[in-house]
Amino acid sequence: MTFPPELRYTREHEWAREEGGVVTVGITGYATDQLGDVVFVELPEVGRRLEAGKPFGVVEAVKTVSDLYAPVSGEVVETNDALAADPAAVNRDPYGAGWIVRIRAADAGAVASLLDSLGYAKLVEDAHG
Amino acid sequence: MEPTTALKRTPFYEFHRAASGKLVEFAGFEMPVRYTGDVREHLAVRTACGLFDISHMGEFEVRGAGAAAWLDRMVTNHVAALAVGQALYSPMCRPDGGIVDDLLVYRFEDHHLLVVNASNITKDFAWLDANRPEGVSLEDRSDATALLAVQGPKAVDVLRGHVDERALELGYYRFTTGRLFGVQATLSRTGYTGEDGFELYFEPAHAATVWEGLVAAGRAVGLEPVGLGARDTLRLEMGYMLYGNDITDQTTPLEAGLGWTVKLAKGDFLGRDVLVRQKAEGLARRLVGFQLEGRRVPRHDMRIRHGGRDVGAVTSGTFSPSLERPVGMGYVEAGLAGTGTALEIEAGSSALPARVTARPFYTRGTHRS
Repeated sequence: MTFPPELRYTREHEWAREEGGVVTVGITGYATDQLGDVVFVELPEVGRRLEAGKPFGVVEAVKTVSDLYAPVSGEVVETNDALAADPAAVNRDPYGAGWIVRIRAADAGAVASLLDSLGYAKLVEDAHG
Repeated sequence: MEPTTALKRTPFYEFHRAASGKLVEFAGFEMPVRYTGDVREHLAVRTACGLFDISHMGEFEVRGAGAAAWLDRMVTNHVAALAVGQALYSPMCRPDGGIVDDLLVYRFEDHHLLVVNASNITKDFAWLDANRPEGVSLEDRSDATALLAVQGPKAVDVLRGHVDERALELGYYRFTTGRLFGVQATLSRTGYTGEDGFELYFEPAHAATVWEGLVAAGRAVGLEPVGLGARDTLRLEMGYMLYGNDITDQTTPLEAGLGWTVKLAKGDFLGRDVLVRQKAEGLARRLVGFQLEGRRVPRHDMRIRHGGRDVGAVTSGTFSPSLERPVGMGYVEAGLAGTGTALEIEAGSSALPARVTARPFYTRGTHRS
């Protein structure tokens, strides 16, 4: 499995893209493959302060449920409200229309400390031996 | 998941790989959980037809003059009442009323066939063998049996021309033996989806002939291979039991709402005393179905609350693709089993409002009952 090289990744299978101090967050294609059909994404309130590594929401799939973890600390500035009507976008287009939240990072450099695409690909590979 | 060489494969393993099935461990087998997506596969079964590999299930042949009488001691439903060509769903209980397994009993002319859950093959065989009288033989045919389910309103259209016509005339829970794509098979009008359909038993050597035949014959009606994911959502929409979740050795058939399979009048059987007593004294808890507002999904083992009290636990839960809402089942105090009772499901820090609902949740299935 390959992952977009321009993104950064968490060990909990979120991806992150930093632009001008705002970090867009979603879950990876590996995560959606593991979860199956997503039927609901519980989004945080805009304005909520998130702490890196802490859960901030829930992805419900038909078969299973998974917590969402904040890749960086910061304040939620936008959520993908289109997911309420179309949660399947997370499966269909995990790195595009399936984005979940945008966070104004407390430390703009924090994203760089996350895994790069090769490091994340290795993590996924190791998980499957 | 840790890779392991110990997992068993069904005769259809290569077809699952070829169809891009996502394979997972289930009951010691490497099984497809999904091919394209749980919802799509689910809806294919509700609207057209699905093809399920359920070869992981166990098959035991029972022979001997006293076979029917013995099986009637082992299970709660009435085996001796079966006609040749008829199948029966039944729990099998321990003396304390706990359920060892739920299974199908097929009455053939010269033997009975038991079809048991994959996760219980070893346990069931040991249990049956330990209770087996002289003159009755028990043989595990699980590894010598391929089993596919063809389920959906178009199931008959898929099979027409590839089976003897009489197979298409079978009533619900009736079976026959005959031709299936030219090979010998047992064709049973049974299933676990709530739709019309068949379960097809044959020798593993014919796996390719039958799988490829069904896929080709099903192309015109939109037949899709269906994994364990949708198998679970389909059965749960119908309120059917899943052993290990909704029924276990800690629950009785009466608590599970399976009273219709408990034939107290047929004579003695394992568990009868406890079930008679439960019936006389009333049940402490009952399995209920419930629907939820919102889209958070109840999951196995979540606690159920009512009026600020803990009153039970969720045994199964899913998002119903047909109803587009979450549904679940669980045991609650018997006084709370009435339709409409408000419950709360504890999901982490959230309390999900739920309401007791009549089952099946999905009422438009095409199965014949």
